[in-house]
Amino acid sequence: MELTLWTYEGPPHVGAMRIATSMEGVHYVLHAPQGDTYADLLFTMIERRDRRPPVTYTTFQARDLGGDTAELVKRSISEAVARFQPEALLVGESCTAELIQDQPGSLAGGMDLGGIPVVSLELPAYSKKENWGAAETLYQLVRGLLKAQLPAPGFEKPSPRRWQQEGRRPRVNLLGPSLLGFRCRDDVREITRLLDGHGIDVAVVAPLGARPADLMRIPSADANVCLYPEVAGSLCSWLERSFGMATVRTVPIGIGATTAFLEEICGLLGLEPPAAGEADRRSRLPWYSRSVDSTYLTGKRVFIFGDATHAIAAARIASQELGFKVVGLGTYSRELAREVRAVAQELGLEALISDDYLAVEAAMAEAAPELVLGTQMERHSAKRLGIPCAVISTPLHVQDVPARTSPQMGWEGANVIFDTWVHPLMMGLEEHLIGMFRHDFEFVDGHLSHLEGASAPTKPAEADPTDGQAAAAPLATALPGNGTLVWSPDGEAELAKIPFFVRGKVRKNTEAYARERGLALIDSEALYEAKAHFSS
Amino acid sequence: MGATSVVDGRLDGRHPELLKESGQREVFCGLTSIVWLHRRMPDAFFLVVGSRTCAHLIQSAAGVMIFAEPRFGTAILGERDLAGLADANEELDRLVKDLLERRPEIRTLFLVGSCPSEVIKLDLAKAADRLNSQLRGRVMVLNYSGSGIETTFTQGEDQALLAMVPLMPASDVDQLLIVGTLADAVEDRLVQLFGRLGIPLVTSLPPRRSTELPPIGPGTRVLLAQPFLSATARALVSRGGRLISAPYPFGVEGSRAWMAAGAEAFGVAPAQVAELLDPLVERGRRAIAPHRELLAGKRLFLLPDSQLELSLARFLQRECGMELVEVGTPYLDRQLLDPELALLPEGTRISEGQDVERQLERVRAARPDLVVCGLGLANPLEAEGIATKWSIELVFSPIHGCDQAGDLAELFARSLRRRAALSFA
Repeated sequence: MELTLWTYEGPPHVGAMRIATSMEGVHYVLHAPQGDTYADLLFTMIERRDRRPPVTYTTFQARDLGGDTAELVKRSISEAVARFQPEALLVGESCTAELIQDQPGSLAGGMDLGGIPVVSLELPAYSKKENWGAAETLYQLVRGLLKAQLPAPGFEKPSPRRWQQEGRRPRVNLLGPSLLGFRCRDDVREITRLLDGHGIDVAVVAPLGARPADLMRIPSADANVCLYPEVAGSLCSWLERSFGMATVRTVPIGIGATTAFLEEICGLLGLEPPAAGEADRRSRLPWYSRSVDSTYLTGKRVFIFGDATHAIAAARIASQELGFKVVGLGTYSRELAREVRAVAQELGLEALISDDYLAVEAAMAEAAPELVLGTQMERHSAKRLGIPCAVISTPLHVQDVPARTSPQMGWEGANVIFDTWVHPLMMGLEEHLIGMFRHDFEFVDGHLSHLEGASAPTKPAEADPTDGQAAAAPLATALPGNGTLVWSPDGEAELAKIPFFVRGKVRKNTEAYARERGLALIDSEALYEAKAHFSS
Repeated sequence: MGATSVVDGRLDGRHPELLKESGQREVFCGLTSIVWLHRRMPDAFFLVVGSRTCAHLIQSAAGVMIFAEPRFGTAILGERDLAGLADANEELDRLVKDLLERRPEIRTLFLVGSCPSEVIKLDLAKAADRLNSQLRGRVMVLNYSGSGIETTFTQGEDQALLAMVPLMPASDVDQLLIVGTLADAVEDRLVQLFGRLGIPLVTSLPPRRSTELPPIGPGTRVLLAQPFLSATARALVSRGGRLISAPYPFGVEGSRAWMAAGAEAFGVAPAQVAELLDPLVERGRRAIAPHRELLAGKRLFLLPDSQLELSLARFLQRECGMELVEVGTPYLDRQLLDPELALLPEGTRISEGQDVERQLERVRAARPDLVVCGLGLANPLEAEGIATKWSIELVFSPIHGCDQAGDLAELFARSLRRRAALSFA
C-alpha cells in the first residue's frame, strides 16, 4: 500500500478510455463496478465534450458477484456492438474486474461480432498507470489493424525521401495527441500549420480525431512525428521496427526545441533547413525575453515537475530562453526517467523521479523556489508554501482546457508559455518597492496587486484543526546531535525584512551557514555573514 | 422495520408504472460522499483503502479545489498487497502512522472501504478496532464502505453516519435529532426555528466537529433531513431513537410538514406551529412565484442519482406546477419515502435502478423540457437540444427549509432562463 493524497495519473483503463474517446468509430467495453462511470466526467466536464464517451461499462454490483459476471460481460459486449456498430472494439477491465478474472477479452474473442476487429486489453491496474494504459492501447489497436499490411522479414526500409520520386509533397503522421493530454487540441493545429509552412503535409493525426480506417493509412506516410512520447513512444518504436518508418523524436516545445524539430524533420525528409531567424520572425518570446522589463526575471529560482516531455521542455525554456535558474526538476513518468535524469545532470541537479506527491512537495519546500512550474497537484503544494505557480503538464483541471487557442508547441506555443509563466510573478517595479518600503498598509508582503483577487499567501498561523491551516514552520530547526538552532529576535526581525519571495531561501542558507560554523544562535549579524558567504 | 405489504400495494396501485430496471448504471459510488463530508467535519480525515481508480475519482471530483492540506487520501493497493506478500494490517498501520504524523490535528479518521478492498475481503472494521486501541484517545478511527458495488453516491453518507452511531453517547435527554448533512446557515436557521417552538434541545448528525457527537436514547426524536439515510435511521432506532415520519424539507409544503411533524413529536400545539410557520410558508410561496411562472407546465424527467429525486419531483410538481414524465431513483426505501409517494400524483412513472441506454431512449422519445441528470450525461443531452439541470449540485446547495424554497426553485428555473437568455444570432 502507498498513501496517496493526490495521484499524478489515473489507472491504466483511463488511458484506454482516452484513446477510445479521442477516436471516432471505436467503442470500448469496460468490465467495471458501478461507480466507475465517474470517468465519463473527465470527458464531458473537463474536456467539455458534447457527447458521451464511447464506453459501455458492465457496472456490476455486489449482488452480481454471486451470479455470472461473465454472462454480464457477454451481454454488454453484444448490446454495445448492436447499438453503436463500431468499426473496432476494445475490451478490457478496470482494477476491480481484474480481481474477479472474467477474462472479458477472451470472452469477446469467442463471440460472433460480425467480423469487426476486437482488441483485448491487458492493463495491469495495480502496477501500471494512465499514460502506460494509453500507450499500450494505441499500440495494440494499431498493431491489430495493421497485421495484414506487415512487410515480410528482411524487407527494404522505405526512404523518408521517396516523395521526391513520387512527385508529391512529403507527409508525416502526428502521433500521440489525445483528449486529457495537455493542450493537444491546439498543439496539433499549431504543428500542422508549422509543417505546412515548410511544405510538409500531415497524413494521419492519431489517436485524436482518427478512425480505425485512418490508422490503416499510417504506413503511407514518409515519417512519424512522436509529439507525445508518453502516449505514442511505443507505437513509434514498433512502426520503426515493423515498417521501417523513421521517427522524429524532438518535441517542439520552446524556441530552441521548435528550431531543432524543424531541423530534424527537414533533414530527414531532405528539405531545406529552416532559415536562420525564423524563430525571431514567427514568435514573440525571444524579443519579450530580451526586452529590458524581463531583466528582473534573471536568476529567478524555478522548480519544475510534470510528465517527462513537458518537464524536459520547460527546463530548457526556463534556463536558456527566460534566464531563470532551475533549482528542481522531476517527473512522474518512470518510463522516461532516463531522459529527465540526463537533462537534470546538465543543469547540475539530481532529477526527482517520483509519483509521490508528498516527496515532490518536500523537494519543492527544500528548493525554496520563487516559481513552480508543475501540474494541477503542484498548485496544492505551492498554495501551502505560498509560491506562485503555473501549470505545464497533466494532470490538469477544467481551467487548463481553455476556449482560446493556447498551444504549448511551436512559435505560438512559446508566446503562450511566456505569458503564462511570467504572469504569476510579482512585477518588477512592485518587487523593488516591496523591498524598499515595508510599512505600506495596502501593499503588504506577498500582495500581488497586478493579479485580480490575488491575496497574500496565508501567514502561517497557529495550527487550528478547524481551518486546515498549515502549522507554523518551527523557528527552531533541529540540529543533528546538539540540540537546536535558534533565531534571536533581531535575527528574525532581519529575516522579516527580506522580500517574501526569497525569504525561504535566505532562511535555509543562513541556517546551513550556522550549522557549518557551529552557531547555536542566529542573530542579524549571522544573517549578513551568510548573505556575503553565499553571494561570493 | 421493513416496508409493509400495504405500502407496496398502495405504491403499485397508485403508481402502476413502477419500473425496476437493471443494466448499465451511470451513477457515482459512495466514495463521492467524501467530497462534502470533509467540509462538514474539517477535523476528520477520510482514508480510502482502494486502487488508483478510487484516488482518481475523488481527486477528479474535488481536485479543482486547491487544498493547502488535503483532508482525504487513498491507501493504494499494490501487487504485493494482492499477492499477500505484504501484510495488509501492517501496511495500514504504517500508513496511518505516517499520516497522523503529518496531520496531528486530525481527530477522526475514517477508513473507507472500496470495491477492491471489499472484493479481496480486507477487514477494515477490525483494522479500525486495532488502530483505536493503539491511538486510544488521540484519534478515533471509524470504518465504512463507499464501494460502488454496495453504495450509490449519497449512500456513502448513510454509511459514514452509520459508523458514527455507536460512538454517540447514550442519554435519556429529550431532544430533536436532525440527521443528514445540512448547509451551516440552513442548520442554524432550522435549529433556531425549532427553538422558537420551545423544543428543548436540537442536535445534528453529522456534527460540525467529529468529536462533538450528539447523544442518543429513548428521549430522542429522529427527524431525517435527507431521504437517503436508511441504514442510519434504523441504527438510531435500535439505540432507542424514535423516527418521525414526514416528507423531506424541500419547498414550503415539505418543509412545513417536516417541521410540524417534529413539533408534534414534542407535543407543541398546532396553533403555535401555524403561528410560526404560516408566515414563512407565505413568504416562501412569494419567493417561488417568479420561478413558478417559468416552470409551470414544463415536463420534467429525473434520472437516478441521489435518492432526492422523489422529494424534488414532489416539490416541482406541486409547488412549481411541473409535469412529471419519469422519476428515477437509484434505490427506493418505501418506508422512508412513503410520505413523499403519497404526495406524488397518481400514476406517476417511478423507476428504480437504471439501464442507462434504455432510459435515454425514453428521454429522447419524451423530449422533456428539463432533465435532471448527472454530469456524465448533462453536456451530451444539452448538445442534443435537451435542457438539463445537473443533479450533483443539489447535494452541495442550501436547499432545505421554507426560506430556501425560492432558491431551490431557482436552481431548476436557471437552466431554462439561461437557454432563453443566450442568443448568438
